[in-house]
Amino acid sequence: MDDIDRRIINALQGGFPIVERPFAAAAEALGLAEAELLARIKALREAGTISRFGPMWHAEKMGGGLTLTAMKVPAERFDEVADIVNSFPEVAHNYAREHALNMWFVVATERPERIAEVLAEIEARTGLPVHDMPKTEEFFVGLRFEA
Amino acid sequence: MELSDRDLSLVAALADGLALVDRPYRVIGDAVGLTEDEVIARIAAMKEAGIIRRFGVIVRHHELGFRANAMAVWDIPDHQVSELGRLLGDAPEVTLCYRRPRRLPDWPFNLFCMIHGRDRDAVEAAIKALAERHGLSHHRHAVLFSTRRFKQTGARYGRRSAAE
Repeated sequence: MDDIDRRIINALQGGFPIVERPFAAAAEALGLAEAELLARIKALREAGTISRFGPMWHAEKMGGGLTLTAMKVPAERFDEVADIVNSFPEVAHNYAREHALNMWFVVATERPERIAEVLAEIEARTGLPVHDMPKTEEFFVGLRFEA
Repeated sequence: MELSDRDLSLVAALADGLALVDRPYRVIGDAVGLTEDEVIARIAAMKEAGIIRRFGVIVRHHELGFRANAMAVWDIPDHQVSELGRLLGDAPEVTLCYRRPRRLPDWPFNLFCMIHGRDRDAVEAAIKALAERHGLSHHRHAVLFSTRRFKQTGARYGRRSAAE
């Protein structure tokens, strides 16, 4: 990754043009040719630095459900429980964290009612309680990263 | 804004992001039976309505060099949590900031901030700076570093319409 890649990542984490030739418009703003911008984005995606080029959705405004949940998983069952949790397509990401509540995952569903169903299914299949902690107030959702 | 069936098929078609070609909206339109102009108009409308929070490159922060992340949490009296949340949400160190319910007795915390950094030391220093700046040291507090990432697919929408 060189300085031009860094400029691309920093400039395009939002505000991507929604016009016929968006990469041409974005390239012009960066002082690049369209073909070069496309080639660099492809290379960044192949390297795994970027996952995709597109929308970050607002779950609730889409009419969907979204929550953060935590479980206290015994160390010897950790991998088994992680496999069960991750097998649900509604589980968007899952992290092990250093705490008595040691598994934290986000559940995103198309219908809000589905959240409770997924959590109940996970509890039934693991035999462990799932703490549901939906946001009650949102202060900041940046998730922008300086390359 | 109500999403129509056509919007939902567009949402599904966008799940893996734009094709990296000169006219990506035409490619999507071909896949869902819309013209390029219609795709552009609908995506712009969804962005305007806030259904799309933002549109652009989605980075994998770990691969970008943000190898450490922690969830910093505080137990803040209910009458103070909104004001403090807004302050922490404005801080440059914070990537996400939410109020969430306590789950007693296991979980007494109600203010959640995600902090990402190059390494553990950088994240710890950021949290310390944040706590000092906002006088948080007398509140009960925990820092949960992540030790393993199992899954990071992002939320996926539009499956229902895609299946029809």
